[in-house]
Amino acid sequence: MGPVGCAARGKVVSLAPAITELEQLKGHPAVARLLAWNPAVVTGVKFDRDEMTITVERENIREACALLRDDAECAFNFLSDITCVDWYPAEPRFEVIYHLLSIPKKERVRLKVRLDSASPSVESLTSLWPGANYFEREVFDLFGIRFAGHPYMRRLLMPEDWEGHPLRKDYPVEGYR
Amino acid sequence: MVMAYLAPTPVLEPGQDRTMILNMGPQHPSTHGVLRLLLEIDGETIVRIMPDIGFLHTGIEKTCEAKFYQQVVPLTDRIDYLCPMTNNLCYVLAVEKLLGLEIPPKAQWMRVLMNELTRINSHLVWLGTHALDIGAMTVFLYCFREREEVLKMFEMVSGQRMMTSYFRIGGIALEPPMGFFERVREFAGRFSEKVDEYENLLTGNPIWMMRTQGVARLSAEDAIALGASGPTLRGSGVDFDLRRDMPYSGYENFKFKVPVAQEGDVFARYMCRVQELRESNEIVKQAVDGMPEGAIKADAPGIVLPDREKMKTQMEALIYHFKIITEGFAVPAGEVYQAVESPRGEMGYYIVSDGTAKPYRVHMRSACFANLQTLPKMCEGRLLADVVAAIGSIDIVLGEIDR
Repeated sequence: MGPVGCAARGKVVSLAPAITELEQLKGHPAVARLLAWNPAVVTGVKFDRDEMTITVERENIREACALLRDDAECAFNFLSDITCVDWYPAEPRFEVIYHLLSIPKKERVRLKVRLDSASPSVESLTSLWPGANYFEREVFDLFGIRFAGHPYMRRLLMPEDWEGHPLRKDYPVEGYR
Repeated sequence: MVMAYLAPTPVLEPGQDRTMILNMGPQHPSTHGVLRLLLEIDGETIVRIMPDIGFLHTGIEKTCEAKFYQQVVPLTDRIDYLCPMTNNLCYVLAVEKLLGLEIPPKAQWMRVLMNELTRINSHLVWLGTHALDIGAMTVFLYCFREREEVLKMFEMVSGQRMMTSYFRIGGIALEPPMGFFERVREFAGRFSEKVDEYENLLTGNPIWMMRTQGVARLSAEDAIALGASGPTLRGSGVDFDLRRDMPYSGYENFKFKVPVAQEGDVFARYMCRVQELRESNEIVKQAVDGMPEGAIKADAPGIVLPDREKMKTQMEALIYHFKIITEGFAVPAGEVYQAVESPRGEMGYYIVSDGTAKPYRVHMRSACFANLQTLPKMCEGRLLADVVAAIGSIDIVLGEIDR
């Protein structure tokens, strides 16, 4: 997923290459905090287009978020968004994406968890942020990812008796007829 | 038959279930669209409240994956039909970030100008309908009088009153027509008096105060934990506005105040939005007065459509036009999250590109979707009539919630 030079000319600025070396990004408070806790948790980092992405082990997502929320240096106290990307047919197939925002520091960070298609489930964040409730239900509804520990894991947008998960890539755009 | 209704209600034994389930919506006028609420009530007191959404789900995120990047712009209008340009802006900013595209200053200032007019438009609809829900009919008529003016200005620049699709990747669609800035200036000069008019009708009105003060309280901690943003967050005393704190599209060039209220009730959110009307009007004035000269589109021939005139005289422009329309333009692989302050809060677009001409994934983080989760916290333990005031105060748009 490296940067590609854009074919168009003129006002298109050349994108700075993405930094994916852990060594170079150790100074970022969120990365530093997670490494200080448990270096095995962080499986990948990327700094691209002024945005920080940290890939973490799926077992540790809840604790990682709790750390980043409660740490005074990071203070990522606001959960902006939870969503998912389906990389069908590659494995691990799903990426669950968490966007955290720090209201005091005015910073954002993106956390990622990779899930394979055999058992697409991850721990719920509703115990940290009750606002994760709808976001996780939406991801469950449209992608079929299960969130362990969620209080009400039911479909949110689609009808209760709907079959399939429409935002998966193997689901046709016009639906099944 | 009549007697059946008049029959005395059965006396409940202690310990017996006293509550009943009441279904509100999806066609209830005060649910602003198709929100359905399941209320468990004990007499007139709310015990539990559960929003049921999804009636307006159209699968816009899935549709986006099948379109070229430039074809997604009209879809973004339909997400939140009260602030189309905010959605346009958020989407085009995200794609421009993916492309590394810089846009000329005039386009940036036009975007800010149109965005603040959109905010005025959206807040006027909110104020009118919110007051109507609570029982103040006149304000609705006043608000729609000014909103009509704003919609006429939208029509001037884009040819459409509601689904404007005015912003393009790399700039804006058209040069604003002659007389547009004079009209905006004239509107902005009068508008603060109009806000005084609304405030005369509501702010000090004892009935309005009784219906809103101390009703549907939300603490700052709860607002943050539940993901509330925009006036719902600022009404609870959290001083955070993306326009000021994480500026985008040249907002750092404008001077404006961010209204914050501490009480966290319906009245506090009302005060925040009414003050925002005034601040938006100030930004509109600054944008018109300082409007830079120059191009309205970036000079990026493979991405931005050429002018009609060039298409008729230059072979190269014609080829670019043909290529953009028929096969789109490739966007370098990567992912971005771009958030803007919509009238309702943090509107965010998360776009993943796999290097082709169609987005691999487009996700909209809608402000109302998260704000709606605060409704149980606001209403449980309170009276049924307050639910209507609470729904109005979080300013829901179901198109944005269901997408």
